[in-house]
Amino acid sequence: MKSFVLAVVCLISLQAAARQFTLEGKSLASAINQAAIGDTIIIPFGHYRFGNVVLDKSISIIGKDMPVLDGENKFELFTVTAKNVFLSGLHLINSAFSSSVDYAAIKALHADGLTVTNCIIENSFFGIHLSGTDQVKISDNKINCHRPPESNIGNAIHLWKCNQALITNNFVSGHRDGIYFEFVTQSIIENNHSEKNQRYGLHFMFSHENQYLNNQFIDNGAGVAVMYSHTVTMKNNLFAKNWGAASYGLLLKDIRDSEVEFNRFVSNTMGLYMEGSSRIKFISNEFKSNGYAARVQASCDDNVFERNNFQGNTFDVATNGSMVLNTLGKNYWDKYEGYDLNKDGWGDIAYHPVSLYSMVVERVPASILLWRSFMVFLLDRAEKNIPSITPQNLMDTQPAMKPYDLSAKSK
Amino acid sequence: MIQILKYVLRDVLRARFVLFYTLFLLLSTSLLLQLDSDPDKAVMSLLNIVLLVVPLVSIIFTTIHYFNSYEFILLLMAQPIDRRSVFLSQYLGVALSLCAAFAVGVGVPALLFGVASKMGLMILVGMASTIVFVSLAFLSTSFTRDKAKGIGIALLFWFYFSLIYDGILLWVVYSFSDYPMETATLVLSSLNPIDLARITMLLSLDASALMGYTGAFFKNFFGSGLGISFTAAMMLMWMFWPVQVSLRRFKKNDL
Repeated sequence: MKSFVLAVVCLISLQAAARQFTLEGKSLASAINQAAIGDTIIIPFGHYRFGNVVLDKSISIIGKDMPVLDGENKFELFTVTAKNVFLSGLHLINSAFSSSVDYAAIKALHADGLTVTNCIIENSFFGIHLSGTDQVKISDNKINCHRPPESNIGNAIHLWKCNQALITNNFVSGHRDGIYFEFVTQSIIENNHSEKNQRYGLHFMFSHENQYLNNQFIDNGAGVAVMYSHTVTMKNNLFAKNWGAASYGLLLKDIRDSEVEFNRFVSNTMGLYMEGSSRIKFISNEFKSNGYAARVQASCDDNVFERNNFQGNTFDVATNGSMVLNTLGKNYWDKYEGYDLNKDGWGDIAYHPVSLYSMVVERVPASILLWRSFMVFLLDRAEKNIPSITPQNLMDTQPAMKPYDLSAKSK
Repeated sequence: MIQILKYVLRDVLRARFVLFYTLFLLLSTSLLLQLDSDPDKAVMSLLNIVLLVVPLVSIIFTTIHYFNSYEFILLLMAQPIDRRSVFLSQYLGVALSLCAAFAVGVGVPALLFGVASKMGLMILVGMASTIVFVSLAFLSTSFTRDKAKGIGIALLFWFYFSLIYDGILLWVVYSFSDYPMETATLVLSSLNPIDLARITMLLSLDASALMGYTGAFFKNFFGSGLGISFTAAMMLMWMFWPVQVSLRRFKKNDL
């Protein structure tokens, strides 16, 4: 009984040690100076010009009624160097812009355990810039920039050499890349919405064992591009309206041992583009109303396309060589014209998804103007029956007769 | 002239072919709209009818009709009527009835299935190509007095515009693929009314295919005000110059 009382007293005193006070006066830096580890500083509503604030103590800063912290286009707002810092409810605007220094609204350097939540970041060079920081949690933020196109601008959420990050429910737009990873591992990116960024909605390189779930990448300058990574999981994402000559729903370059499942590729110039990628499973994805649904370059091998829906695409699959090292099976193709005599749900003759004309357009782009001409229809039909130019082995031997119902998503 | 036009229209209706044509269009359009759950795909299938069947029917029917009413035309010539109004009433009678057949045959099912907004452009394009091929039919009749020959020339026109021309164009584009061919392709394809109709539809149906560099170039041109007026002007030219030439020949020829 005695020891229990002692324990309770200890707990109470510990609780008391973590004080909570409201910012008074105009200096956040002095408030941080006075704060002890574990304290919480509450910033009431207002418009503040603190300049650059260095967070070198493990404290929490919480905004009440979204106070505005203005960087006046001269300062980086927060530079976090301590571990376990918590930032919430802040409206950060106008960080410094530079072409030589990566200024950000919130920059973290080796600040493990950082949490940034419910913040609004507007007109910043970089939004949240993390380097060498593990176990961060970035959630429910809105990061937005209104700079003119092609101007000097940073990424909304930028991670460099991080581990076990959790990035959820963020809305990012108007930056260079929406979400940018380099050397980031074992992280989860979930329920984010990235749109109208000037370059990529999502961009990562050398970032292994990450999971991308339920995200939406819409109308970004060049779609989503991911490179040089392995063990990537992408599920239930939406890649839509990425229109342009060099724009892709999803570009995979040198990616291996990954899973791409239950994603939707809708209204892109090119839904999926892949080169030098191996052992990726594309299962139950939906390719709809794209110019090209999938372009699989001949440098890809051992990839599997299974149970996907291909509907309303101008060209289903395109490639650049005759070598075929990938497997297609059990997909639904709306252009399939075969039959199912034994009524087992699978077409009895194979489907060749590469059309002759897609290869002609590849060689002579101007010939797209003849698309849907009767002449082209005849050429395509002749080639379908006796393949001579298109890769003969690139075919779905067991095409599905009915489209899959992919609305019942599984995680 | 109005009186003659009435006679021609009555004659066309009495032949019943136009009624069958309307029925055929009605049936195929409603079937396509009914079978395909996706109205976009139905419009795509209808595009093939518009690009192939409509020109063929227009040009063959017009030619046959002209030769069938040849004696009637001779009879009219014996009256104090100028050749111009005889010719124009023949032309307008056939063009109007075929256009009406197309508008009813495609338009009514489109309205019934509630996809009129999607089909509006297609109906416009279909009517334009009907008129163009009626004009071309009159051109082919001005070359000969022999019915079989006339139909042969008409068929050749259809074959040339729907198949041969595209083949030649594809060959040209392919052979000169080392050069920037965008402008050349654009100009060459506007010299074929079927291509013009097809490209107009392509822009509204296959927008995503056209978003590559070259596609964007075409889309920027044909989608702009300048491009639309260019297409319309070319289509109008294709309607008028064959009529103009055949009218001149009709006036001078010894019938």
